[in-house]
Parts: sequence; C-alpha cells; structure tokens
Amino acid sequence: MAINTDKNSYTVIFAIIMVIVVGSILAGFANGLKPTIKANERYEKQQNILYAMGVNENEGANDVAFIPTDRVEDTFKEYITRQLVIQGGEVTEDDEAYLIDIDKEKTKAKKDDSYERRLPLFIGEMEGKEVYVIPVRGKGLWDAIWGYVAVDKGMTVQGVYFDHKGETPGLGAEIKQRYFMDDFTGESFLDGEAFEGIDVAKGNNDPKNTDTSDNEVDALAGATITGDGVSAMLRQDIRMYVPYFKSLN
Amino acid sequence: MGLLSKKDSKLIMDPLADNNPITIQVLGICSALAITAQLKPSIVMAISVMFVMGVGNIVISLMRNIIPSKIRIIVQLIVVATLVIIVDQVLKAFAYELSKELSVFIGLIITNCIIMGRFEAFALGNGVWRSFLDGIGNAAGYGVILIIVGFFRELLGSGTLFGFPVLGSPVDKTGLYAIGYENNGFMVLPPMALIVVGIIIWVQRSRNKDLIEEN
Repeated sequence: MAINTDKNSYTVIFAIIMVIVVGSILAGFANGLKPTIKANERYEKQQNILYAMGVNENEGANDVAFIPTDRVEDTFKEYITRQLVIQGGEVTEDDEAYLIDIDKEKTKAKKDDSYERRLPLFIGEMEGKEVYVIPVRGKGLWDAIWGYVAVDKGMTVQGVYFDHKGETPGLGAEIKQRYFMDDFTGESFLDGEAFEGIDVAKGNNDPKNTDTSDNEVDALAGATITGDGVSAMLRQDIRMYVPYFKSLN
Repeated sequence: MGLLSKKDSKLIMDPLADNNPITIQVLGICSALAITAQLKPSIVMAISVMFVMGVGNIVISLMRNIIPSKIRIIVQLIVVATLVIIVDQVLKAFAYELSKELSVFIGLIITNCIIMGRFEAFALGNGVWRSFLDGIGNAAGYGVILIIVGFFRELLGSGTLFGFPVLGSPVDKTGLYAIGYENNGFMVLPPMALIVVGIIIWVQRSRNKDLIEEN
C-alpha cells in the first residue's frame, strides 16, 4: 500500500479515528448491557437481604445458595413486609428503600454536617417473628466490604450476609463463607443495655462460637485487616439504628 | 494434525512447552501471583486472556499495515483495553456471580505483558490466521501454568478444589486432618506462587536440557 504511515498528519488522523471508533464501540456495549447489569445488581441486593434473614436455598453445610434470580423479586415481596427509611428520628415507609446507595449517603453526611443520613431498614417475618435487616458498608483491606445483618427486636443477630469487592482470595475473601458468617448468629450487639457491637477477635479462643454472650466471633487467620474492617463496619453502621430499636421496646 | 499445517500447529504447541510465556519468557508473572490462590479464578482468567489475545491478535494483524509506527504501542494498548472492558461488561451482564469473584483481576488483564508482547512481536508482522493461532497458543501456555499453580495452591493451602473440600474438614478433623495434617497457610500468600512457578521451571529445565542457558 502506498500510504506513508510515518507522516505526522497521518498519525494524528489515525489517532482521532481510532478514538472515535473505540469510543462508540464501548459506549454501545455499555448502553446495551446497562439494563441487564442494573437488574443483576437489584436482584443481588434482594438475594442478599433475604439470605441474611435466613431465606435461602442452602443444602450442605458449606452452601451459600440464594433464591434464584427468576424468583427473587416475588420472594422478596412475600417475606419483606415493610421497608423503612429512618432520617433523623423520622420514620417513613418506602418500597424502594433497598435501592438507597449507602455509600452516597455516607459521603453526603461527611460533606455536610447538618445532613442526616437516610437509613434503610427492612422488616420481614420469619417463623412468626419480626426480623429487622440492616445494611452495612465499610472498608476491608483492598476495597469496599458490605453486608446485611438480620437482628430481632433486642438486637440479637438472626443471620448475616457479607460480601466484598476485592479482598484476597483464600484470606479476607473468606468473610463470605458460611463458617465465618454463621458464627454471628446468636451474638448480640448490646452488652446489657448499652450498644457494644460485635468484634471479630483474634484472641477469642472460641472457634465454634459456643459463647454467644461475649460480643465476639472468631477471626479468620491471615485476614486481620479485613476482620477489623468487619468489626468497624458493624459498630459504625449499626450504632445509627440504636435509637430506633430503643423506641421499639 | 489434519486441520493445521505443521508450521501452524507449532504456533499452538510451542508456547505450551518449550517456549512457554511464563516459564521460559518469564512474562505475565504478576497475574500468575495474584489470582492463583484458587483454581476457579485461575481457569476463568485463562479463558478471558485467551479471548483477549485471540481477538486482539486478529485486530492488530488486520491493522498492521495502517498503524502508524510512532503510536503503535498506544494503539495496541487501546485494543487490549477495549477488549478487556468488553469482557468485563459481558461478564457483569451474563455471569454476574463470576464477575464479582474476579472483580479487579479482569481489569488486570490489560497489564498482562504477554498480550502486548505478542501484539508487538507477532501480530504486527504476520497474517490474520497465524496471528490468531499464536494468540491462542500463548494464552493456552499461560493458562496451563496458571491452572497448575492454582491447583497446588488451593489443594495445599486450603485443602479444597473448586471450593469443595477434598482432604476432609479441618474444623471437624475428618479425612487427612484426623491424622494431624494441617493446611499450609503460606501457600495462599503470593510468595508461594513464585516458588511454585520456580519449581515448574526447574522441572521443565531438568527434563529438557536445551532450555538451560550457557551462563
């Protein structure tokens, strides 16, 4: 071919065309797939909330099996009876509370001291007992960690679900394994009347978590910072809900 | 092989053994360290890299006569980045669970030096079909090492394969654990990936003396 590919003008034109072509391809992909990705994210939230409540399809002892995506929307409506938004002492019902982006709320509250965070709370019924599911979000070692904690009226844990964005596989990433999550069940966030939180403790010396009144669960080996992140996340986020639970009793 | 000529099949087979990108050329080591703590991410990473390299090599080979040499590295980078973003988006839409598990590692494919290396060294100077074979071959050579390392690290580090306990349960002390076996937590950490890769290099070179350098 007779094109002189070394000319500056050619290089510039080539670069411009390349950017336009690549840009449109990517924009096309992003736009086309956006609805599917958004729906996936919505289903995931519903699945996680239900999982924390104990609505799941677990079979084996190590299973973490959610309600399949094609049924999750109906199951979610069936089990979650009310969704609340708590904003500075005021409680309102909102059917889309589960879509509230906790990250954004936190940034807003950080920037503006007078802003009261909107706190979503999901109330469901499980075996005749009211269960309150609280979303939490914090920092692990590499990136964000988050989860849902189901408690009863007295802030005793009924079930949890944790997830992470980029913790080390085999170490911090184990927070989403059953043997870690199941330990939380039965622990209380309160110590007597006062809010205490639940610590992921290294010196706990109670790997099977037989003592549920110590506000501690056994940590994961090799995942100190992720574990500390879980403790901090639970303490910070759940503390915000304490006034609401006090008003219940 | 009937389908491929001898020269073409060499393009696929060479990177699998005597010209392996990881053990011989020592490229792409960073991702071999990062994701091989378990078998499943290793395999998905291998498949994703294969897609990116196969398609990338085709694209670069098609454009090889019109790419201005002054900005060819940038053009290659854009091609890799575009493909990786497409893989990432498609996984998010159709294999959401998996994409969450791999999270940042898919993005890390961009930094895999094997890909840029093959674009620069092969696709820029060869036809489409041969470039495609070369891409697949090198990705397979990379993937094989990833899977071997992932297998040993997950087995010895966590006592599982694909997340299934194969050596018994360390908590209930069943299987091998009943006679005092313990998981080697060190296997899960990145340094052990290097050591496992080192052992593979050692085995390979002791079986094929031609690979040993003079000095």
